[in-house]
Amino acid sequence: MPNVPDVNNMIDEVELKRILWRSRRGLLELDLQLERFVNGAFQGLSAAELEDYRRLLLLPDQDFLEYLNGKAECPDVTLRAIIERIQAEQR
Amino acid sequence: MTVPVRKFDAVIVGAGGAGLRAALQLSEAGLKTAVLSKVFPTRSHTVAAQGGVSASLGNSEPDHWHWHMYDTVKGSDWLGDQDAIEFMCREAPNVVVELEHYGMPFDRNADGTIYQRPFGGHMSNFGEKPVRRACAAADRTGHAMLHALYQRNVRANTQFFVEWMALDLVRDEQGNVQGVVAMEMETSDVYVFQAKATLFATGGAGRIFASSTNAFINTGDGLGMAARAGIPLEDMEFWQFHPTGVAGAGVLITEGVRGEGGILRNSNGERFMERYAPNAKDLASRDVVSRAMVTEVNEGRGCGPNKDHVLLDITHLDPEVIKSKLPGIREISIKFAGVDPIKAPIPVVPTCHYQMGGIPTNYKGEVVVDSKIVSGFYAAGEVACASVHGANRLGTNSLLDLLVFGKSSGNSMIEFIKTAPHDLPTLAMADVERSVARVERLNKQTNGTQVNDARAAMQRTMQNHCGVFRFKDMLKEGVQKILEVEQMVKTTEIADKSKTFNTARLEALELENLIEVAKATMISAEARTESRGAHVRDDAPDTEAHPNGRDDENWLKHTLWHLEGNRLDYKAVNLKPLSVDTIALKTRSY
Repeated sequence: MPNVPDVNNMIDEVELKRILWRSRRGLLELDLQLERFVNGAFQGLSAAELEDYRRLLLLPDQDFLEYLNGKAECPDVTLRAIIERIQAEQR
Repeated sequence: MTVPVRKFDAVIVGAGGAGLRAALQLSEAGLKTAVLSKVFPTRSHTVAAQGGVSASLGNSEPDHWHWHMYDTVKGSDWLGDQDAIEFMCREAPNVVVELEHYGMPFDRNADGTIYQRPFGGHMSNFGEKPVRRACAAADRTGHAMLHALYQRNVRANTQFFVEWMALDLVRDEQGNVQGVVAMEMETSDVYVFQAKATLFATGGAGRIFASSTNAFINTGDGLGMAARAGIPLEDMEFWQFHPTGVAGAGVLITEGVRGEGGILRNSNGERFMERYAPNAKDLASRDVVSRAMVTEVNEGRGCGPNKDHVLLDITHLDPEVIKSKLPGIREISIKFAGVDPIKAPIPVVPTCHYQMGGIPTNYKGEVVVDSKIVSGFYAAGEVACASVHGANRLGTNSLLDLLVFGKSSGNSMIEFIKTAPHDLPTLAMADVERSVARVERLNKQTNGTQVNDARAAMQRTMQNHCGVFRFKDMLKEGVQKILEVEQMVKTTEIADKSKTFNTARLEALELENLIEVAKATMISAEARTESRGAHVRDDAPDTEAHPNGRDDENWLKHTLWHLEGNRLDYKAVNLKPLSVDTIALKTRSY
């Protein structure tokens, strides 16, 4: 088994903490789901996944919630995997 | 002590609907305007508003601002100020049409006019029959409003300071407001934003309750700052609740679930609504259902390890009906309660939704204390109490409040800035020093209380002692308990002392704001011994002498809570509109 690098150390610490703050949203349902995610799977994200999550946080709240709730599919296919990671955390 | 100072004509704290609407007024007038926000403006809690914004446009059927005014006064249970309510209802068509011109994508009729739909409490011809008055952009009205206003502000060169948290108000020795102390989250650096005029548009504080529909950012920062600066808080005992939120989460379960046959049960499995409303049972009105739920919990028949909620049971319904008619509810229940309602009942509890009270203002957005205007200080939106919602708010009047009073406070600020001396006065340092000392205390605290523990204690106390249905003894005990929680908040300790985006520090500072709101709410509620609108007490029941428990002889007045000594005083309700006759007191019934 190759050593798995602690990827969270590879991203700027300021950026990491900014991402955590930006997980606070305007909608309660997003707050609750993202709270579970940042206390869970977030800790083990790869640098690439972390970058996807950072981009996901730029979405408008109402769209973001629709994608998380599976009411609509995110048009940006590159974000679908990270959305699934967050969804998996809600089960 | 050196704290860097940034200077503006106007500084606005909060970038939701009210803050953005005010900022637009100021920036378009050519004034140098700063807007501070904890989060990106379009992620303010206004984004959660779905229903719409009311205005008597009369696009679908005859309507009149005077009818809208009547509905709002009645909805407020006569605690609203009738000058402010007239102003809001008369201005409504103007601000909605303006928003349309800013590019707001309202739903439309075939003839191109704005489509309007009916909404609870909005009637034609002074309460005769429902009227179509709500203007909406699908189910994303708040979202669309924020986007339209934000874009327009960018065009008008409003300067946004995003991911900044205001800490305290700055007043000089005469009490004139000079600006705010604020912290940049990225660095934890503290600055003074000095301005000729300062507006608070920081929204509500629903997070004081254990169960709330409010986003995590709704921590009443403007209310805490105002209280610490000696400004009283008005009518804080009035909070709107929804009967069924998921216990522990706050996400709403629509009342349609009871319409489909959902049954409320206590810890004995009993269908308790049969005792409270033998005919309507689980379909009784919101307030009856809420009261019954709280009574069951108070009498020891609550469910769960803390016996603090009841159960909404739909397990007897055909699973296919649940899947086809209530899919969203099933998903919410699985996600936030961890139960599939096909197999097990949903834990529910009355849930806080909206704050009617706030910083006392007039209809121009000017903050008023002891009948005098606080020079340079303004408030608008949920943080303010104009008072248009009085003891209870009508649906769709919250987005209207943002637009009307955001604009009117912007206009008042423009007038004030025009007459102010060109150069800003010398900055008074006492409040700045107090603010910096507050942050220092937190950084140095040892052997203190954990923020999460203190917050949970506050939320539990508010939910149990000062919720949707209130009891004399519980309120009295609640006052003692919340003062004990205040002592916990004074000694909060954070493990993480780092500078960059220190969420722990921010949450501790937010809690210092929430606790002021919690105290104001509990103490104001304990003192008001009547029932009115959303403030309903077991010991002020519906009688012939006092229909719905309302006592106009003694309580037709606004509460003012002062932080200093937790003192209460009262001021008269303004029953005199601007141009029409008083809407006379009568029993509020629908």
